[in-house]
Amino acid sequence: MLRRVLESLSLTDSFMWLTGGAIVAVIVVGSAATLSMGRYSGRHWFDFIIFGLAQGSIYALIALGYTMVYGILRMINFAHSEIFMSGPYTACYVAMALSRSGFLESQPILSLAVIFIVAMAVSTVIAVLLERIAYRPLRTAPRLVPLITAIGASFFLQYTFRGLYGSGFQAYPDIRMLQGAWLLGPLRILKIQVVVILAAALMMAGLYLFIQRTRIGKAIRAVSEDKEIAALMGIDVDGMIVRTFVIGGMSAGAAGVLYALMYRQVHFFMGFIPGIKAFTAAVLGGIGNIPGAMLGGVFLGLFESLGPNLFLDGLGVPSPNQLKDAIAFIMLVMVLIFRPTGILGERLAEKKA
Amino acid sequence: MALLEVEAVHAYYGNIHALKGVSLTVDEGEIVTLIGANGAGKSTTLKTISGLLRPRQGHVRLANEDLSAYKPHQIVAKGIVQVPEGRRVFGRLTVMENLEMGAFTRTDGKEIRQAAESVFALFPRLKERQHQVAGTLSGGEQQMLAIGRALMARPRVLLLDEPSMGLAPALVDSIFDTIKQLHATGTTILLVEQNARMALQVADRGYVLQTGEVILSATAENLRSNEMVRKAYLGLT
Ligand SMILES: Nc1ncnc2c1ncn2[C@@H]1O[C@H](COP(=O)(O)OP(=O)(O)O)[C@@H](O)[C@H]1O
Ligand SMILES: [Mg+2]
Repeated sequence: MLRRVLESLSLTDSFMWLTGGAIVAVIVVGSAATLSMGRYSGRHWFDFIIFGLAQGSIYALIALGYTMVYGILRMINFAHSEIFMSGPYTACYVAMALSRSGFLESQPILSLAVIFIVAMAVSTVIAVLLERIAYRPLRTAPRLVPLITAIGASFFLQYTFRGLYGSGFQAYPDIRMLQGAWLLGPLRILKIQVVVILAAALMMAGLYLFIQRTRIGKAIRAVSEDKEIAALMGIDVDGMIVRTFVIGGMSAGAAGVLYALMYRQVHFFMGFIPGIKAFTAAVLGGIGNIPGAMLGGVFLGLFESLGPNLFLDGLGVPSPNQLKDAIAFIMLVMVLIFRPTGILGERLAEKKA
Repeated sequence: MALLEVEAVHAYYGNIHALKGVSLTVDEGEIVTLIGANGAGKSTTLKTISGLLRPRQGHVRLANEDLSAYKPHQIVAKGIVQVPEGRRVFGRLTVMENLEMGAFTRTDGKEIRQAAESVFALFPRLKERQHQVAGTLSGGEQQMLAIGRALMARPRVLLLDEPSMGLAPALVDSIFDTIKQLHATGTTILLVEQNARMALQVADRGYVLQTGEVILSATAENLRSNEMVRKAYLGLT
């Protein structure tokens, strides 16, 4: 019996399981060591968790765009990270103008609303143009073609925005209302992180209700499932695809502003890392699956924020926080190896590909 | 005057010449059947009527209006609704959501609820399962849902592509009963079937399609007694 199992294991299989097992062992041993060392107090862990949640909700908002576009077109929109960048970058100039005029100081809420609207509008326009110009003509082409186009579009947008706004970092104006911290008994909690978490949660809840309950949301799901039949039901398929890009653009633009407010700067390349992370989150949750993308984003944020200190500190790894990107991508590789369909994913690959 | 008119339509899949000048008409209130062997071009004819495939030559008209400028979803809004071959319900949507999608071209919520009620009257099974995800229904229930979904649009012409395919004999009978019932309420139907015996029992007229061409057209009664039809499609001698 055991022999038969051993024989059926190929070399790559055993290598993969060994690597996976080793990583799990590192995580368990490392966490145990860190916890027994007692270097971090409860307050530290609380900080890590809140930061992870804030970062994760931004990933989740971006991941929605990847997952919904994949759901409806079965393609990875690699230019989504530039959709994310374009809005807040443009809105930065609006914010600076508001700041110079003193309006930002006297009317912070109204100013924030303007910044969000500008960013979401720009990101949405870019997303819709991308669909119209780059992807729609390739709807019937082999799957690799739009994928390569998306990568090209990503570079095109990066360098267009570099040409427009320059190649340096641009500081986002300070919004005093969002600075500082609230005290919750012994715990300190940064205002900006609370705002990010609440804003993202609100948007995701709204989007989920929209997709589940409204006529258009249901039609988007119908088109995701079967375009030909959706058309035979009188649904304008192209119209629903455009709406999907609009939703993706809006959430990426909003996520971009939250990101810029948290890190206080924008840059033409700012979409790259969050973009890959959000893509990881979407895969983690099961690409095509909307609650999966939300869950995957939050999970990845927490994993990244807790992981380095929890897993690596106890093992004596110096400055483990610099390894947080590596940790995120190791997780992507693990998921692709052991559960390619993601946490909530169904066997999309077999059914639809 | 014919309600639906297909005139000398040629349609292609790439280089494959699937329809070679197909003409047919369906009058208001009629059931017309299109029979033929597997691969004859029956589904292709329906796809061309629905606008999923563009005729390279020829015309499709509804009440004298040429449909060639319209996209599939606009043709549905004009009143031609198809129940596709193999049912193809939205498996991840609930039964009720599937029906709502059928009514997508309509916007009056009250009318849509009434339409759903009349579908439920026709297929009580669907009412019991309205909140269930359609992928979990049995084949027969999915066929009921596919027909019900199309009826939600209140079609002027209903196109049915092999509604009996893959169903147990008892279910086939009940689907054909439904077709008769729809006919009795005045629905105009173009019925594609491989089950020629059943189709010719419910239809007023019929066309026989062979490798992309109409080789015979007559009343259902005459087709039933036609020597060639009896041999090739009814399995009689
Ligand atoms: N998507 C397609 N691509 C290429 N050829 C097709 C396609 N669909 C059908 N055909 C061909 O067109 C012809 C007619 O098919 P179809 O209309 O499906 O026949 P029927 O419905 O009568 O069984 C067949 O020869 C079939 O092989
Ligand atoms: Mg067919």
